[in-house]
Amino acid sequence: MANGTASTDDEAFRQELVALIPHLRAFARTLCGDATAADDLAQDAMLKAWDARASYQMGTNMKAWTFMILRNQFYSEKRRSWRQSQLDQEAAERTLMAVDDPEAPVALDELRMALRTLPDEQREALILVGAGGFAYEEAADICGCAVGTVKSRVSRARRALHAALEAGDYDRDGSPAGEAMGAILAAADRLSGAR
Amino acid sequence: MIEQRDPTGRGSESRDDAAIDEARLRQQAIGVKLRQMFDQVVGEPVPDDFLEILRRADERAKGGS
Repeated sequence: MANGTASTDDEAFRQELVALIPHLRAFARTLCGDATAADDLAQDAMLKAWDARASYQMGTNMKAWTFMILRNQFYSEKRRSWRQSQLDQEAAERTLMAVDDPEAPVALDELRMALRTLPDEQREALILVGAGGFAYEEAADICGCAVGTVKSRVSRARRALHAALEAGDYDRDGSPAGEAMGAILAAADRLSGAR
Repeated sequence: MIEQRDPTGRGSESRDDAAIDEARLRQQAIGVKLRQMFDQVVGEPVPDDFLEILRRADERAKGGS
Protein backbone atom coordinates (compact mmCIF):
# COMPACT_ATOMS: atom_id res chain seq x y z
CA MET A 1 0.00 0.00 0.00
CA ALA A 2 2.94 2.29 0.65
CA ASN A 3 3.82 2.12 -3.00
CA GLY A 4 2.26 4.89 -5.05
CA THR A 5 0.75 6.73 -2.10
CA ALA A 6 2.21 10.03 -3.23
CA SER A 7 0.68 9.86 -6.69
CA THR A 8 -2.70 8.78 -5.24
CA ASP A 9 -2.59 11.83 -2.99
CA ASP A 10 -1.58 13.97 -5.94
CA GLU A 11 -4.52 12.69 -7.93
CA ALA A 12 -6.98 13.39 -5.14
CA PHE A 13 -5.48 16.82 -4.73
CA ARG A 14 -5.62 17.48 -8.45
CA GLN A 15 -9.29 16.55 -8.65
CA GLU A 16 -10.18 18.79 -5.76
CA LEU A 17 -8.14 21.62 -7.23
CA VAL A 18 -9.79 21.27 -10.66
CA ALA A 19 -13.21 21.45 -9.02
CA LEU A 20 -12.18 24.75 -7.44
CA ILE A 21 -11.02 26.43 -10.65
CA PRO A 22 -14.40 28.06 -11.37
CA HIS A 23 -14.41 29.55 -7.88
CA LEU A 24 -10.85 30.78 -8.17
CA ARG A 25 -11.75 32.44 -11.46
CA ALA A 26 -14.78 34.10 -9.90
CA PHE A 27 -12.80 35.34 -6.92
CA ALA A 28 -10.08 36.69 -9.19
CA ARG A 29 -12.57 38.35 -11.54
CA THR A 30 -14.47 40.12 -8.80
CA LEU A 31 -11.26 41.04 -7.03
CA CYS A 32 -9.44 42.67 -9.93
CA GLY A 33 -12.29 43.48 -12.31
CA ASP A 34 -10.46 42.69 -15.55
CA ALA A 35 -11.30 39.29 -17.03
CA THR A 36 -7.96 38.64 -18.69
CA ALA A 37 -5.83 39.73 -15.75
CA ALA A 38 -8.14 37.72 -13.51
CA ASP A 39 -7.56 34.48 -15.40
CA ASP A 40 -3.81 35.05 -15.27
CA LEU A 41 -4.13 35.54 -11.55
CA ALA A 42 -6.31 32.44 -11.13
CA GLN A 43 -3.85 30.35 -13.16
CA ASP A 44 -0.92 31.55 -11.09
CA ALA A 45 -2.82 30.74 -7.91
CA MET A 46 -3.77 27.30 -9.21
CA LEU A 47 -0.17 26.53 -10.08
CA LYS A 48 1.10 27.84 -6.75
CA ALA A 49 -1.43 25.64 -4.98
CA TRP A 50 -0.29 22.66 -7.01
CA ASP A 51 3.36 23.33 -6.23
CA ALA A 52 2.54 23.70 -2.55
CA ARG A 53 0.38 20.57 -2.40
CA ALA A 54 2.77 18.87 0.02
CA SER A 55 1.99 21.52 2.60
CA TYR A 56 -1.77 21.11 2.23
CA GLN A 57 -3.56 18.74 4.60
CA MET A 58 -6.21 16.77 2.77
CA GLY A 59 -9.60 17.08 4.36
CA THR A 60 -9.10 20.66 5.52
CA ASN A 61 -10.71 23.59 3.72
CA MET A 62 -9.06 23.58 0.33
CA LYS A 63 -11.26 26.35 -1.00
CA ALA A 64 -10.16 28.71 1.76
CA TRP A 65 -6.55 27.61 1.30
CA THR A 66 -6.55 28.29 -2.44
CA PHE A 67 -8.38 31.60 -1.99
CA MET A 68 -5.70 32.64 0.47
CA ILE A 69 -3.02 31.78 -2.09
CA LEU A 70 -4.87 33.76 -4.73
CA ARG A 71 -5.33 36.90 -2.66
CA ASN A 72 -1.70 36.83 -1.51
CA GLN A 73 -0.71 36.55 -5.15
CA PHE A 74 -3.02 39.43 -6.02
CA TYR A 75 -1.43 41.72 -3.46
CA SER A 76 2.14 40.78 -4.27
CA GLU A 77 1.59 41.36 -7.99
CA LYS A 78 -0.13 44.60 -7.25
CA ARG A 79 2.79 45.74 -5.16
CA ARG A 80 5.19 44.70 -7.87
CA SER A 81 3.62 46.26 -10.91
CA TRP A 82 0.15 46.83 -12.23
CA ARG A 83 -1.14 49.30 -9.73
CA GLN A 84 -4.21 50.41 -11.61
CA SER A 85 -5.77 53.31 -9.84
CA GLN A 86 -7.65 54.44 -12.90
CA LEU A 87 -10.30 52.36 -14.55
CA ASP A 88 -8.95 50.95 -17.74
CA GLN A 89 -11.69 51.30 -20.32
CA GLU A 90 -10.44 48.49 -22.49
CA ALA A 91 -10.38 46.15 -19.54
CA ALA A 92 -13.92 47.15 -18.65
CA GLU A 93 -15.11 46.33 -22.14
CA ARG A 94 -13.43 42.94 -22.14
CA THR A 95 -15.10 42.20 -18.83
CA LEU A 96 -18.45 43.33 -20.15
CA MET A 97 -18.26 40.92 -23.05
CA ALA A 98 -18.08 38.02 -20.64
CA VAL A 99 -21.65 38.72 -19.55
CA ASP A 100 -24.41 36.64 -21.15
CA ASP A 101 -27.72 37.85 -19.74
CA PRO A 102 -28.88 40.68 -22.06
CA GLU A 103 -30.43 42.60 -19.20
CA ALA A 104 -27.82 41.93 -16.58
CA PRO A 105 -24.88 43.86 -18.09
CA VAL A 106 -26.14 47.30 -17.19
CA ALA A 107 -26.57 46.59 -13.52
CA LEU A 108 -23.64 44.20 -13.26
CA ASP A 109 -21.30 46.58 -14.98
CA GLU A 110 -22.35 49.39 -12.67
CA LEU A 111 -21.73 47.14 -9.71
CA ARG A 112 -18.38 46.06 -11.11
CA MET A 113 -17.27 49.65 -11.47
CA ALA A 114 -18.58 50.64 -8.08
CA LEU A 115 -16.69 47.69 -6.59
CA ARG A 116 -13.49 49.11 -8.01
CA THR A 117 -13.96 52.29 -6.03
CA LEU A 118 -13.61 50.31 -2.80
CA PRO A 119 -10.27 49.88 -1.06
CA ASP A 120 -8.84 46.42 -1.79
CA GLU A 121 -9.33 45.05 1.72
CA GLN A 122 -12.96 46.10 1.80
CA ARG A 123 -13.70 44.67 -1.64
CA GLU A 124 -11.98 41.44 -0.75
CA ALA A 125 -13.86 41.03 2.54
CA LEU A 126 -17.20 41.77 0.91
CA ILE A 127 -16.60 39.29 -1.91
CA LEU A 128 -15.52 36.50 0.42
CA VAL A 129 -18.46 36.92 2.78
CA GLY A 130 -21.08 38.31 0.44
CA ALA A 131 -20.49 36.13 -2.61
CA GLY A 132 -17.91 33.45 -1.86
CA GLY A 133 -19.98 31.88 0.88
CA PHE A 134 -17.32 32.13 3.59
CA ALA A 135 -18.08 32.66 7.26
CA TYR A 136 -16.48 35.71 8.87
CA GLU A 137 -14.04 33.39 10.67
CA GLU A 138 -12.96 31.75 7.42
CA ALA A 139 -12.61 35.09 5.67
CA ALA A 140 -10.45 36.28 8.57
CA ASP A 141 -8.16 33.26 8.11
CA ILE A 142 -7.94 33.89 4.38
CA CYS A 143 -7.11 37.57 4.82
CA GLY A 144 -4.86 36.97 7.79
CA CYS A 145 -6.67 39.40 10.06
CA ALA A 146 -9.03 39.41 13.03
CA VAL A 147 -12.69 38.45 12.70
CA GLY A 148 -13.75 41.88 13.94
CA THR A 149 -11.65 43.48 11.23
CA VAL A 150 -13.41 41.46 8.55
CA LYS A 151 -16.80 42.37 10.00
CA SER A 152 -16.03 46.05 9.98
CA ARG A 153 -14.55 45.89 6.47
CA VAL A 154 -17.66 44.14 5.17
CA SER A 155 -19.98 46.64 6.72
CA ARG A 156 -17.94 49.60 5.51
CA ALA A 157 -17.83 48.04 2.04
CA ARG A 158 -21.60 47.61 1.99
CA ARG A 159 -22.18 51.21 2.97
CA ALA A 160 -19.63 52.56 0.51
CA LEU A 161 -20.97 50.44 -2.34
CA HIS A 162 -24.51 51.55 -1.65
CA ALA A 163 -23.43 55.18 -1.53
CA ALA A 164 -21.38 54.89 -4.72
CA LEU A 165 -24.27 53.32 -6.60
CA GLU A 166 -26.75 55.87 -5.33
CA ALA A 167 -24.53 58.76 -6.29
CA GLY A 168 -23.17 57.30 -9.51
CA ASP A 169 -19.93 58.16 -7.78
CA TYR A 170 -17.44 56.26 -9.89
CA ASP A 171 -15.50 56.66 -13.04
CA ARG A 172 -18.16 56.48 -15.69
CA ASP A 173 -19.59 59.38 -17.61
CA GLY A 174 -23.01 59.86 -19.10
CA SER A 175 -24.79 57.91 -16.40
CA PRO A 176 -27.14 60.01 -14.29
CA ALA A 177 -26.90 59.66 -10.53
CA GLY A 178 -29.24 57.08 -9.09
CA GLU A 179 -29.67 55.20 -12.33
CA ALA A 180 -27.23 52.52 -11.30
CA MET A 181 -29.13 51.74 -8.15
CA GLY A 182 -32.38 51.68 -10.11
CA ALA A 183 -30.95 49.15 -12.53
CA ILE A 184 -29.73 46.98 -9.71
CA LEU A 185 -33.05 47.13 -7.90
CA ALA A 186 -34.91 46.24 -11.06
CA ALA A 187 -32.61 43.34 -11.79
CA ALA A 188 -32.80 42.08 -8.22
CA ASP A 189 -36.59 42.26 -8.28
CA ARG A 190 -36.65 40.19 -11.43
CA LEU A 191 -34.36 37.63 -9.86
CA SER A 192 -36.26 37.23 -6.64
CA GLY A 193 -39.58 37.43 -8.47
CA ALA A 194 -41.08 40.43 -6.67
CA ARG A 195 -40.76 40.78 -2.91
CA MET B 1 -46.82 45.97 33.93
CA ILE B 2 -47.70 48.59 31.39
CA GLU B 3 -47.40 48.00 27.71
CA GLN B 4 -45.54 51.12 26.58
CA ARG B 5 -45.82 50.62 22.90
CA ASP B 6 -49.07 50.26 21.13
CA PRO B 7 -48.45 47.64 18.45
CA THR B 8 -50.94 49.26 16.13
CA GLY B 9 -49.88 52.87 16.81
CA ARG B 10 -47.29 53.34 14.10
CA GLY B 11 -47.86 57.02 13.44
CA SER B 12 -44.63 58.97 13.38
CA GLU B 13 -42.47 55.84 13.26
CA SER B 14 -43.85 54.63 9.98
CA ARG B 15 -41.78 57.02 7.91
CA ASP B 16 -38.56 55.89 9.62
CA ASP B 17 -39.56 52.26 9.27
CA ALA B 18 -40.21 52.74 5.59
CA ALA B 19 -36.82 54.36 5.13
CA ILE B 20 -35.12 51.51 7.00
CA ASP B 21 -37.00 48.95 4.93
CA GLU B 22 -35.99 50.74 1.77
CA ALA B 23 -32.32 50.83 2.80
CA ARG B 24 -32.46 47.16 3.70
CA LEU B 25 -34.04 46.30 0.38
CA ARG B 26 -31.34 48.17 -1.44
CA GLN B 27 -28.59 46.43 0.48
CA GLN B 28 -30.23 43.10 -0.30
CA ALA B 29 -30.43 44.00 -3.96
CA ILE B 30 -26.71 44.78 -4.01
CA GLY B 31 -26.04 41.48 -2.24
CA VAL B 32 -28.08 39.58 -4.81
CA LYS B 33 -26.22 41.24 -7.67
CA LEU B 34 -22.86 40.62 -6.07
CA ARG B 35 -23.60 36.90 -5.75
CA GLN B 36 -24.93 36.88 -9.28
CA MET B 37 -21.73 38.49 -10.54
CA PHE B 38 -19.68 35.86 -8.75
CA ASP B 39 -21.87 32.88 -9.67
CA GLN B 40 -21.91 33.92 -13.30
CA VAL B 41 -18.17 33.37 -13.48
CA VAL B 42 -18.41 30.12 -11.49
CA GLY B 43 -20.91 28.95 -14.10
CA GLU B 44 -18.64 29.70 -17.04
CA PRO B 45 -16.84 26.78 -18.66
CA VAL B 46 -13.22 26.61 -17.52
CA PRO B 47 -10.86 27.74 -20.32
CA ASP B 48 -8.70 24.91 -21.65
CA ASP B 49 -5.44 26.56 -20.65
CA PHE B 50 -6.20 25.97 -16.98
CA LEU B 51 -6.34 22.21 -17.39
CA GLU B 52 -3.46 22.30 -19.83
CA ILE B 53 -1.22 24.14 -17.35
CA LEU B 54 -2.17 21.72 -14.62
CA ARG B 55 -1.60 18.72 -16.86
CA ARG B 56 1.90 19.92 -17.69
CA ALA B 57 2.64 20.52 -14.00
CA ASP B 58 1.31 17.06 -13.24
CA GLU B 59 3.58 15.50 -15.85
CA ARG B 60 6.56 17.33 -14.43
CA ALA B 61 5.70 15.92 -11.01
CA LYS B 62 5.40 12.37 -12.36
CA GLY B 63 8.56 12.67 -14.40
CA GLY B 64 10.49 14.11 -11.48
CA SER B 65 9.64 11.40 -8.95
